Amino acid sequence: MTKATRRQDRLTAYAFIAPQLAGTVAFVLVPLVLVFWYSLHEWNVLANTFTFTGADNYRQLADDPNVPKVLLATLFFSAGLVVVNLSLALLLAVLLNQKLRGTTVFRVLFFSPVVVSLVAWTIVWRFMLQDNGGINAFLDAAGVDGPNWLRSGGTAMAAVIVVQVIKNVGLNMVLFLAALQGVPQELYEAARTDGANAWTVFRRITLPLISPTILLTSIITVVGSLQVFAQIAVLTEGGPGTSTTVLVYYLYQQAFQFHAFGYGATLSVLLFLIVLALTLFQWQLRKRWVFHES
Amino acid sequence: MKLRAAIASIVLLGSVAACGGGDSSSDGPVTLRMTTWSANEAHVQLFNQIAADYTTAHPDVTVKFDALPVDTYTTTLTTQIAGGNAPDLAWILEGSAPDFVSSGALAPVDDAIENPAELAPSATALWKQDGKLIAYPFSTSPFGVFVNTDLLAKAGQQLPTGTDWTWDNAIAVAAATAAKTGKQGLVPRDFDYKDWTNLAPVFDGWGAQAWSADGKTCGFDQQPMVDAMTFIHQAIFTKKAIPGPGVAADFFAGESAMTITQISRASLLKDGKFKWALVPLPTGPKGKYSVIGQGGVGVMKQGKHVDAAKDFLKFFTNDANSAKLAQFFPPPRTPQLTADTLAKSNPLLSKEQLQSVVIDGISNGVVKPSHADNAQISQAVRSALDPMWKADADVPAVLKSVCTAIQPVLAK
Repeated sequence: MTKATRRQDRLTAYAFIAPQLAGTVAFVLVPLVLVFWYSLHEWNVLANTFTFTGADNYRQLADDPNVPKVLLATLFFSAGLVVVNLSLALLLAVLLNQKLRGTTVFRVLFFSPVVVSLVAWTIVWRFMLQDNGGINAFLDAAGVDGPNWLRSGGTAMAAVIVVQVIKNVGLNMVLFLAALQGVPQELYEAARTDGANAWTVFRRITLPLISPTILLTSIITVVGSLQVFAQIAVLTEGGPGTSTTVLVYYLYQQAFQFHAFGYGATLSVLLFLIVLALTLFQWQLRKRWVFHES
Repeated sequence: MKLRAAIASIVLLGSVAACGGGDSSSDGPVTLRMTTWSANEAHVQLFNQIAADYTTAHPDVTVKFDALPVDTYTTTLTTQIAGGNAPDLAWILEGSAPDFVSSGALAPVDDAIENPAELAPSATALWKQDGKLIAYPFSTSPFGVFVNTDLLAKAGQQLPTGTDWTWDNAIAVAAATAAKTGKQGLVPRDFDYKDWTNLAPVFDGWGAQAWSADGKTCGFDQQPMVDAMTFIHQAIFTKKAIPGPGVAADFFAGESAMTITQISRASLLKDGKFKWALVPLPTGPKGKYSVIGQGGVGVMKQGKHVDAAKDFLKFFTNDANSAKLAQFFPPPRTPQLTADTLAKSNPLLSKEQLQSVVIDGISNGVVKPSHADNAQISQAVRSALDPMWKADADVPAVLKSVCTAIQPVLAK
């Protein structure tokens, strides 16, 4: 290959990746850098002023009495979501992996919420969860006096988590199903020949062999849970009190409702760091946890 | 500055930024954009007609109205401004008036209003700074009580009149009607256990104030507010006269006996399927009183055509157009505030209703609470009030916690 054709090849390659690269730079990298830049400023939109204030916003972050509550609510939401979502997804996948008639119907049923528009899904649930809504009417018929789901601290958070789990559990379920079907049958046969019971088979063979998928789904679910916004905005608006004000919603309130764009940017830097730390942590964990990687 | 605004529009706005456009030179065709919170067909038709009249006289100017959802109105507006896409003219809700008026976001409009001496001082108070008019209060709409008289009759109830029209009697009738018909009693419209400022038409009857007139001292823990909120709490949880949290009921769909709202909502009764009445707010322990909600319209300094926008504002708010707008938005111009004038453009309301609710209401009304940093304070109040909306709540303790939450911001 001559030098000229090699250079031409290189140019062609760059031309091919240019659109993707331009998009990433314009919509991911530049905003990311700008958020750091904004977080060092006080930006008063109405007065049209943009003043460098150094670390002032970060000092405000450290002193903000709401931040611990918000972080706790975020932790509660993420932990609840991850635990309920992953265990339910795995349970459904194991059940639907049986060779029984009708499993396809159930697979479709559990997956269908994933393709529904998130906001439409949430609005319907808001009506269902109202004090005189569908859920309580159902409970009433069964002789149970249902709580006012979205209006009391404990049940509001639980309701948001459950609505989110039902929406997305199908996706993780499909990923788990694919992984389960990838486990070689001869391993199961060998184990049974050795006299292992169902639980031992699941713990010693299934779990280790699907561990890469567990890692993948847990990363997706944790990162996704930190970005929860529409559900909170539609169902509770962060209430009652601040019990469901998670970090992203608080950030939105500060920047877009209170017009504190600089402080809002500071909160998004915090969110960025949390997501980064969690991802690195999980990536480290995979060395010990994931049994094999293809 | 320009670069920042351009980049910000990508970051913050995405698609909204795309509608920016428009040139900054003063000659050549100009398109003015006015943001509103009304997509009501009748309103839009009237605005477009006024704009068309203006374009006839000024062929190089067209005006388009951009209706934004009311519950996120101020958020959307400030996001547009942050993205370098400020409208030329904007409606301002009374709650955010102090923020907009004091920030310098709006150009003073004293020279853009015809016959400013006609404007009622009670209407312009909120919209002035250092004696300059910063925005024009195009709508000064008193709160009244709409009553579904069909529903009351069905429950064998009579609407109390004269000196019997007190809060105690209003709640008693609402509770009895709700109990007998299975519908709801009295709905403070748009309150929904979130926008507590819509309770002002009730608690003002006790002389309660969210904060002192100078905005520095919290009023939630004061005796009048404790009394008023105790009354509201009992009306909800003991007497079941007001639907509880999370219960949806729309008066205009016939789902409740009464609602407290602004008279501009009368247009929702155009095709009403039931008989109704409009009466002033009941008397409270403080006696007769009234509360008004306002909307202003201002010229954005960050808009691209400030002078053209001012000129259109002058036309939009002149005597003739103000009279047309009066059918939806009670005007601030005193000569137009007579029952006869208003009756011409308000076929749904009788002269007595207009006199008792609108004209008396505007002349002695108190504007709904507003404050600088309004969104932040309102959110803090809402959050702190949440524990109150339970049957066993300790009302005075909750109100004290509201003051703990907002006093630092008020004192700022």
